Amino acid sequence: MMEITPAHYTVLSAALFSIGVIGVLVRRNIIIIFMAIELMLNAVNINLVAHSQQVENLVGQAFVVFVIAVAAAEAAVGLGIILAFYRNKETVNIDEMNVMRW
Amino acid sequence: MPAGFSALDFYFILPEILLTCGALVLLMLSVIVPKQDGVLLGVALTTIAVTLLAVCSFAGLDETISRGLLAIDGFATFFKVVVLLSAAITVLMSAPYLRVEGLKAGEYYFLILCATVGMMFMSSGLELITLFIGLETMAMSFYVLAGYLKPNPRSNEAAVKYFLLGAFSLGILLYGMSLLYGATGTTRLAGIAEALAGQETSAVLVLAVIMVGAGMGFKIAAVPFHMWAPDVYEGAPTPVTAFLSVGSKAASFAMLLRIFVEGLPALGDEWRTMFWVLAAITMTVGNIAALTQSNLKRMLAYSSIAHAGYLLIGVVVGTERGVAAMLVYLGVYLFMQLGAFAIVTAMRRSDIIGDELKDLNGLFKRSPAVGFAMLCFMLSLGGIPPTAGFMGKMWLFGAAIDAGQIWLVVIAVVNSAISAYYYLRVVVFMWINEDEPAGSPITLGPAMAVALGIAVLGTLALGVYPQALFSEAQSAAATLDGISSAVSPR
Repeated sequence: MMEITPAHYTVLSAALFSIGVIGVLVRRNIIIIFMAIELMLNAVNINLVAHSQQVENLVGQAFVVFVIAVAAAEAAVGLGIILAFYRNKETVNIDEMNVMRW
Repeated sequence: MPAGFSALDFYFILPEILLTCGALVLLMLSVIVPKQDGVLLGVALTTIAVTLLAVCSFAGLDETISRGLLAIDGFATFFKVVVLLSAAITVLMSAPYLRVEGLKAGEYYFLILCATVGMMFMSSGLELITLFIGLETMAMSFYVLAGYLKPNPRSNEAAVKYFLLGAFSLGILLYGMSLLYGATGTTRLAGIAEALAGQETSAVLVLAVIMVGAGMGFKIAAVPFHMWAPDVYEGAPTPVTAFLSVGSKAASFAMLLRIFVEGLPALGDEWRTMFWVLAAITMTVGNIAALTQSNLKRMLAYSSIAHAGYLLIGVVVGTERGVAAMLVYLGVYLFMQLGAFAIVTAMRRSDIIGDELKDLNGLFKRSPAVGFAMLCFMLSLGGIPPTAGFMGKMWLFGAAIDAGQIWLVVIAVVNSAISAYYYLRVVVFMWINEDEPAGSPITLGPAMAVALGIAVLGTLALGVYPQALFSEAQSAAATLDGISSAVSPR
């Protein structure tokens, strides 16, 4: 049986982070992009907890609590902003965000 | 290590506590007296003034408080004064704007003050979590402020873009921070510097530097992370744009210097190279894109990107003199950039948005005082003597030459020459074109007049007598831990 070490979790975190970044870059729906960003933040959390185990102190886990709190606050602010946008444009597609151009 | 903070720690964050309390009082007043704009403005300004006094009372101290979470040193004090001054000027120029747009003043001032609290923590934090919470306090307030014109599609779009890219950059920054924590086992900058001192440079560390650099690059709007800036600057309410381009940029530079100079001196070669490239392309792209703009706010956005490039020269130099020159430039930039945006704000009247270049037609004839102020700001932004912008540029470029960064200075000087074209184009519009002036005449209210007066005075006085700012900046830069007074070895 293979032992699962913190190193495995950092690989998982890197994979999750990459999926998040790709999601932000290729998706056109604002809500889905926002979900991809949450995925990136969760990748950060996994990384922090894994490293906390590895370096044997709890600072990383304290960091995670702050990241979760900020992600929640960001969701509240972000969804409000997206709602205000939707009220005016009746769409959440970023291709429709074209009021301002070079 | 015993847990908890001492009473002394709370004494040293008195300015932040005062500002937070003032902001909360404002929020309550906005429910009790929502229509009394004058009262709300007075409370906001008083709060900022009291906080400024409290900050100044700590001048000259060099303490590390809260078990190494925060620094009360000259560097932090310098940046706190810069962000508080920019908050004060922003609040002053907001008063008439809010009236014209019919916006609620209480919540608006509350958000401005909240953003300022975040900026103050960004300039004094010595620890990654503290810095990141400060950054988010600031960013979250700005997401809401950028979309404050709710029925306006441009403002909505600005808020959505700023929010999405801000959150994206936060993810990248945090991932870099988590890698740093993994490599060193601590989030304190001093601890990170200590742990890295003997270590071999590894791929993970380089990745961490790149990701933290990219995350900060978004906040200072350095190319190639600048895509959000022109749209957000154009769409957001003009005073918010002003605060975003001065306060947010200054605080982000403070955080960047803290992380890289104090936390990562061991990786100096890596991040110097990275910022060299960023500085060169940021100046060039910002200035060239600004040449063709017909919207004044968008032009100033690109000009602000170009200025981030000049400021990065100070980071590349990274010595005491380089950082001091950067602080001088930020102090100068504060007045000229806020002043230019104050004029764009004054151009907004009930019958015209007034942010197009052609709206400036014949401004000198119609309102000579406003025209003269704009002339000062444009000359200063272009770095033409006898204005403050010239002094700032001279110092910055001088520091870079001393450190042997000749090529970077050559690029910067060529860029300054390019930038003179579009700054002087604004003057041409004001002076020469006189046909069809649009909109009702410009009237400056008392608040706007004071804001403009401070900006003009700052721009001219620092151009003629810059010594005071120089010596302040020099002693502030010297308090940054891990900074070398010698010329960098490369």
